[in-house]
Amino acid sequence: MIIQGLTFYVFATIAVAAGVMVVSARNPVHSVLFLILTFFTTAALFILIGAEFLAMVLVVVYVGAVAVLFMFVVMMLDINFVEMREGFLQYMPIGVLVGIILLVELLMVLGTASMSPEVLATGTEPIPDLTQRQNTAAIGDVIYTKYIYLFQAAGMILLTAMVGAIVLTLRQRPGVRKQNIGKQVSRRREDSVELKKVQPGQGI
Amino acid sequence: MMAFLEIGLGHYLALAAVLFTIGVFGIFLNRKNVIIILMSIELMLLAVNINLIAFSAFMNDLVGQIFALFVLTVAAGEAAIGLAIIVIYFRNRGTIEVEDINLMKG
Repeated sequence: MIIQGLTFYVFATIAVAAGVMVVSARNPVHSVLFLILTFFTTAALFILIGAEFLAMVLVVVYVGAVAVLFMFVVMMLDINFVEMREGFLQYMPIGVLVGIILLVELLMVLGTASMSPEVLATGTEPIPDLTQRQNTAAIGDVIYTKYIYLFQAAGMILLTAMVGAIVLTLRQRPGVRKQNIGKQVSRRREDSVELKKVQPGQGI
Repeated sequence: MMAFLEIGLGHYLALAAVLFTIGVFGIFLNRKNVIIILMSIELMLLAVNINLIAFSAFMNDLVGQIFALFVLTVAAGEAAIGLAIIVIYFRNRGTIEVEDINLMKG
């Protein structure tokens, strides 16, 4: 129990500190790196609470795909990030104000809320014992049976996002020479070779 | 001392609240940089996921984790589309400053 508590506090502290650095880092590349650190520490917290599959998905999807995507875009766009920092201090007071109000509100709600024992009994899919059925298998048991339509819909969302991103960023640049295989294959001798009778002593 | 180290639902909810607030704070702070705003949105979605998974674990209900999986899916799609839009916007206008994005303003 002590180990669990200490682990939670260590990882929570790192996650919050990295989150602060994400929004306040001077260089966007550093922001992305701190975002990755936040995701990693949160994945550790998920493992701590018993959601191993989601921890791994978080690492694979967020760190492996989303963060790398961010990194690509940050490095691809030639932007003057120093200029972009202007107005940082100007928005600081209102940002701090809104942040503090929101945080106090959220903590007040959490502080007063309590869960009734009846609610705890209403769970539809109880989590099986980790020694009996692993977390991944338990999720698979539910997601491929009861939530199959939602799961397929999630797949369709990903497909739409993929097609959308490709369509948005694809462009036909003028002046770029590309191989036209159909044209190459349908080329015939008559189209490209011309025989001329050259008289001796004269040019063409 | 032992009560301090006893991790309950409230601890996770508080952590999620702090992360969510940092996300909102980041949107206010980086009014010019769309990329940081997108990252702040990712932080907020992460906070939502922490909430879902914490409730799932402490209420002993697996559905919360499945819902978190769907949130993750949507977040990944949103990041891909958002970054694609940023890339084509930068290609067309040469800037991604939020204050310059006013083409659709009436």
